Amino acid sequence: MNSVPAITVRGVTKHFGSAMAVEHLDLSIAPNEIFGLVGPDGAGKTTTMRMLAGVMRPDQGSIVIDDVDVVKNPDLAKTHFSYMPQRFGLYEDLTVDENIRFYADIFGVPLKLRVERAARLLAASDMTRFRDRLAGQLSGGMKQKLGLTCALIHTPKIVLLDEPTTGVDPVSRRDFWRILYDLREEGVTIVISTAYLDEAERCHRLALLHQGHLLQCDTPQALKARIPGAILLAPSTEPRAIRAVIAPLPGVLSTLLAGGSVRVTVDDADGRLPEIERALVASGLPHKPLQKAPATIEDLFVTLEQPEGIAA
Amino acid sequence: MSAPASSGPAIIARHLTKRFKDFIAVDSVDFDVWRGKIMGFIGPNGAGKSTIIRMLCGLLRPSAGQVLVAGIDVAQRPEAARQQIGYMSQKFSLYGDLTVAENLRFFGGIYRVPHDRLAERMRYAIDMAGLKGREDALVSSLAGGWKQRLALGCAILHNPPILFLDEPTSGVDPVSRRHFWDLIHDLAADHVAVLVTTHYMDEAEYCDRVLVINQGRVVASGTPTELKHTPLGGRMLLVECDGVGLALHVLGAAAGVRDVAAFGNALHVLVGKDADAEAIRGLLTEKGVVNIHISEIEPGLEDMFVNLVTRHAARAAAP
Repeated sequence: MNSVPAITVRGVTKHFGSAMAVEHLDLSIAPNEIFGLVGPDGAGKTTTMRMLAGVMRPDQGSIVIDDVDVVKNPDLAKTHFSYMPQRFGLYEDLTVDENIRFYADIFGVPLKLRVERAARLLAASDMTRFRDRLAGQLSGGMKQKLGLTCALIHTPKIVLLDEPTTGVDPVSRRDFWRILYDLREEGVTIVISTAYLDEAERCHRLALLHQGHLLQCDTPQALKARIPGAILLAPSTEPRAIRAVIAPLPGVLSTLLAGGSVRVTVDDADGRLPEIERALVASGLPHKPLQKAPATIEDLFVTLEQPEGIAA
Repeated sequence: MSAPASSGPAIIARHLTKRFKDFIAVDSVDFDVWRGKIMGFIGPNGAGKSTIIRMLCGLLRPSAGQVLVAGIDVAQRPEAARQQIGYMSQKFSLYGDLTVAENLRFFGGIYRVPHDRLAERMRYAIDMAGLKGREDALVSSLAGGWKQRLALGCAILHNPPILFLDEPTSGVDPVSRRHFWDLIHDLAADHVAVLVTTHYMDEAEYCDRVLVINQGRVVASGTPTELKHTPLGGRMLLVECDGVGLALHVLGAAAGVRDVAAFGNALHVLVGKDADAEAIRGLLTEKGVVNIHISEIEPGLEDMFVNLVTRHAARAAAP
């Protein structure tokens, strides 16, 4: 495995007036990985992505992509990657095919290659039937898939995708991710940002961002292993009532009502389970036996995040 | 603005249908939303969710069927029905250059909250949003979670028995999001009927019941737990291995594999009766995939959703 990073970010900081968007960010992204920039709105994902793409200059710090200094040579760097901003510039009065042809011309993709590649990308995203439809008449999810097809019509080594799946339903999202994994097979490095913590689990490695700060960076499995404690699910037809029984018990760190059950974070699953079970039986409230449940990235995020200040 | 009854359906939809020329956007849909319950509408883009919501709000006339909102026939008395509904969208419609109190007063006017009750309702909304002492702050100066809670306060200022939430917490930071859902569960405890539309499965997980809508029809309904246990027509395997990309291709084309999706260095593989872990291991080993570890896992809500929607679409496309 090549150990030279595809992208190196060192000490990157960006302020807008007095507002801090990104604070002293360090990242090292390996060749051929799918790397996620993950965090809620306002975490600094888009600002980071714009700086990586060379369309915004950092106040401080350096960004090197594929041995090219993006801050000093943004135009040269642009030949090394493809960037898909949140709002990709589709021509609404052109058809799907015409949009793809337009971008293939811009990127100078040879005719034979573009026909082959367009056919493959459209098939993978289940868009082949819509080739003659005007882009303006596509649904939000289909527009995003067309944007991805246009951005990928040439063969870049690195792809930067800024929240490509926002507004895209789960079925289309699966198509989208299938294309990303195919690209990875071709040796492409992918950087993708998302506000959906469940989607983050599809990446190889994640940077968890919050209010401009890097909270943690690792594989999803390693991150989830860092969650203090464990998760128990208590299914019940009276979740509100059983939550009131569970919340004050020793070892219970937090409780959450979710879909006909209570999601309980405890310091020790095996140690606390019998106690909680006993308390539920004693309460006489309807409930099913407690189950252990896998932790999620959101569970980790909640333990890492500083409580939000009232001011933006 | 009558005091809501403590139980019974707050929204009743029967044979609700909407045609646009030849296109059937909503096809004879039936559902009830009960007081004190949180109902999720999930479906892909273009499934008909927003057309249903527009009919519930009286903004669009059904081609056939009927909707009762808090006992009011929406088609006959749309204005009166709308008074029973609070609405909050993902893009909270707050005015950034107005203060917290000014926003509340503005929505109080829109929802026609009687003058003698406005002060009390504003106090309630400000307390709920945790904005006491910040009544004169400009909304643009507030962080996301606070704005979101204020938007909720505006939506329920007229004390409606029914609340619509459109992708209310997508992109909101997780701590604020959990706080927000606690507030929604409190409202449900006060007998408000809550209807959430979303296509994010983690939002659907917070609902008491979920209705899956595809191509204008209800294709499944139940609690999130029940839906996760909807037979997928097979078992879900977690396959960890080196060379996930290769494994994805091998299994994507393999007999007995119904669906496969990659998650980092692992795959979720839905296998039918005619395949099992050993068969999968054999296929992968033959193609040179190494370090294979296979375990059975519980399918997630997203697995269920993708399965239902693609199966339904395949049936609809069949001649």
